[in-house]
Amino acid sequence: MNPVVRTVLQRLGLGLITLFIVTIIIFSAIAMLPGDFAKAMLGQSATPETVAAFQREIGIDRPPVERYFAWVGQIVQGDFGSSFASRTGYRRTVAEIIAPRLYNTMFLAVMTALIAVPLALGLGILAALYRNSWFDRVVNTVTLTTISFPEFFVAYMLAYLIISRDTFIGTEFAQSLPEWLAASINWVLNLVPKFPTLANISDRTPFWEHVWRAALPSITLTLVIVAHMMRMTRVAIINMLASPYIDMARLKGMSPMAIVLRHALPNAWAPIVTVIAFNLAYLIVGVVVVEVVFVYPGIGQLMVDAVKSRDVPVVQACALIFAATYILLNLTADIISIATNPRLLHPR
Amino acid sequence: MSESEYKLRLAQNLIGRGKVSRRDFIHLGLAAGLTVAAADMLFVSVARAAPKQGGFAKLGMAHGATTDSIDPAGYPDTFTQTAFSGAMSNSLTEVDAKGSIQPDLAETFETSDDATTWVFKLRKGATFHNGKTITADDVVASMQYHMGADTKSAAKSLLESVTNIKADGPETIVFTLNSGNADFPYIMSDYHLVVMPAKDGKADWESGVRTGAFVLENFQPGVSAKLKRNPNYFKNGKPYLDEVEFIAITDLAARMAALSTGEVDYIGRADLKTLGMLKRKPNIEILEVTGYGHYTLPMNVTVAPFDNPDVRMALKWAIDREEIAQKIFLGHATVGNDNPIAPAIKFAINPEPQHKFDPEKARFHLKKAGMENLKVDLSVADAAFAGAVDAAALIRETAAQCGIDVNVVREAEDAYWDNVWLKKPWCASYWSGRATADWMFTQAYSADSSWNETFWKNARFNELLIQARAETDEAKRSAMYAEMQQLTHDDGGAIVLVFNNFVSAKSKKLAHGELAPNWENDGLKMAERWWVANA
Repeated sequence: MNPVVRTVLQRLGLGLITLFIVTIIIFSAIAMLPGDFAKAMLGQSATPETVAAFQREIGIDRPPVERYFAWVGQIVQGDFGSSFASRTGYRRTVAEIIAPRLYNTMFLAVMTALIAVPLALGLGILAALYRNSWFDRVVNTVTLTTISFPEFFVAYMLAYLIISRDTFIGTEFAQSLPEWLAASINWVLNLVPKFPTLANISDRTPFWEHVWRAALPSITLTLVIVAHMMRMTRVAIINMLASPYIDMARLKGMSPMAIVLRHALPNAWAPIVTVIAFNLAYLIVGVVVVEVVFVYPGIGQLMVDAVKSRDVPVVQACALIFAATYILLNLTADIISIATNPRLLHPR
Repeated sequence: MSESEYKLRLAQNLIGRGKVSRRDFIHLGLAAGLTVAAADMLFVSVARAAPKQGGFAKLGMAHGATTDSIDPAGYPDTFTQTAFSGAMSNSLTEVDAKGSIQPDLAETFETSDDATTWVFKLRKGATFHNGKTITADDVVASMQYHMGADTKSAAKSLLESVTNIKADGPETIVFTLNSGNADFPYIMSDYHLVVMPAKDGKADWESGVRTGAFVLENFQPGVSAKLKRNPNYFKNGKPYLDEVEFIAITDLAARMAALSTGEVDYIGRADLKTLGMLKRKPNIEILEVTGYGHYTLPMNVTVAPFDNPDVRMALKWAIDREEIAQKIFLGHATVGNDNPIAPAIKFAINPEPQHKFDPEKARFHLKKAGMENLKVDLSVADAAFAGAVDAAALIRETAAQCGIDVNVVREAEDAYWDNVWLKKPWCASYWSGRATADWMFTQAYSADSSWNETFWKNARFNELLIQARAETDEAKRSAMYAEMQQLTHDDGGAIVLVFNNFVSAKSKKLAHGELAPNWENDGLKMAERWWVANA
């Protein structure tokens, strides 16, 4: 059997076992949460009778083991069940709650990846090529600065920039500055497009408006993830540049850019792809803070909401989707590393 | 009044509804003997003050979750309350800006002498969004939705005193209560108790067909709700807006930014810490209303040491409420006096003496209780109210000066109402308040209420509660409520720290009349009552 196919099958099998273990962890972790849906929904107004009525209807009065197997049984058949927010005659399936949110998250992740990955690779290659130059240092410093700030801080700063764009000239600070300075700062601020600080989109939002509204969250995430990928690219290429075969290429008289692109990069893919996969997974599972700051209806917010209100089926489905995302992306990274590395592709 | 003056008066009324142009108005003004400039000024001032038709408002709400639904058994917070109750639905009655009760879907309401039977007559010609006339059967089905053993409604306890509801003809509903309640119409104004169409004898909430000023167009739980004007609304001229969109913005900073950049025209629950910066913006106005909501520290009076009235009194004198109002709530709160009835509510009194920080009095009561010093645990989390943990820290400092060692226990925010409230002997709690003294006392202080957070069972208080409820003589009632408030103040287990103000902010694009104090967002009815100032 082709080694790539064999590895893929092996990894997929392992992935399924991992997912199964994850279901047990998710279920027991959620079972251990204090409080329950009925009480979270009713808050102060929960009386024992209304709580009992709620519990009967959503079936959490049954023993946990029975509920676990019922849940896994459903998932195997592709059914994530119904949200606890359903009522008799008004079923809200977990799938229909998650689908639009997952789409939004994927949209933002893909949009950010399309900006961040080429940017990081390009900067990384250039930084490796001109290492220890001013360019290298500036790029390193700037990206390290943006990754060092927590993402909510970056997000709030961007939002503040947009607010200042219109109001800077009226502030006391601007009036205390010399007029020419205030005017030129204002001119620079007005170069910034007036991105919306509220990224609330709905299923009716047209495509380009969606892109426009998601601009600030996307820029924030780009600033947060570029450094990691860019530095890995730089280091992986610099490592390769020390190898004898690169010296050979250099002696042949190839241009530095051609050496990097044709000789160094193909051998450096493995570590780079792993880091990219890791960051892409982060874009899907870890962006809840950015979603909250810009009020972007993604799956992270959905999960936090669901945990708060103890809407267990939704929490479980989200956790499972996150786990599957990690497993799939890591699998993809492994396959790409194998496919780009002849030694792994043809093991003795 | 001459004919031209009369026409001018008429025209002034029409401006408000956008039916007279500035040019026509000036013509009329000239005919009535005004100069052009005077007529123009008159036009502008009338046009600003009077509500106008048309326009669109985006309202940023401080809540909103994916579990939200249009089911009136829920409505846990301001998003669902303002959008689905206030804008989309009506109850039988409503509370106006003065805090008094007004008919809403009901035209009139009357009671028997002992206040046990209440007769509500419906407005003639009012219809649901689908054109169906509202009948007494719809009202009966809607109320029964919140009653009975199987209901999951948060309003169940409100209707516990109702023994029978029946329709008497198509327009009359008769409520029979197990004991007299002179304030029953106030209960009927509750935001859960909206009227829904009856389908096979059961209330149909799923369709979203209601009676209100706006019709639901699109709802995404936890994100937004869009509603458009109901052209057949039964209140003349209302609503003024053509469309409203409620947007859930739970993050405080995001809410402030959204208003600053003009993404929304209004935000509920503004950030007190950055209010000063928002105030400086020329096109933004801050709204502040003292409501009925209050923050309390309930002591369980059945548990030592709180079972000793002197210990309770010592703690009441050991807290600097003024400092808490200033430092924690930055002045956006009114100092409490261990009386849960807000000053704006009918029959409210301010019991003597005003409880304030007084180490000598605290020590005096401590000594009277036979103690030199005292050590108590205070369980708090910001889930009770924002600032609870900081307030507890201040209390620790002032109590220490009175020989009381308050050990502040920081509880988990998650499931606070489950694990701490009603469980720990001294904790922090929040009440959004009720429109009448009876309602507030019945839910939070009566002996048999499941929410009696202080477990206080004062015989005289409970006797008065039942008597006052059925008493229809205003003077006697007033005296009874005064005595009850004094009892709560002197003997009760609740420390009422402050009444919180509703602080919100809006762009000058929106205009409104006097704001109602009963709930946030203009009594939840902002969509129906507000208009665009210069559309």
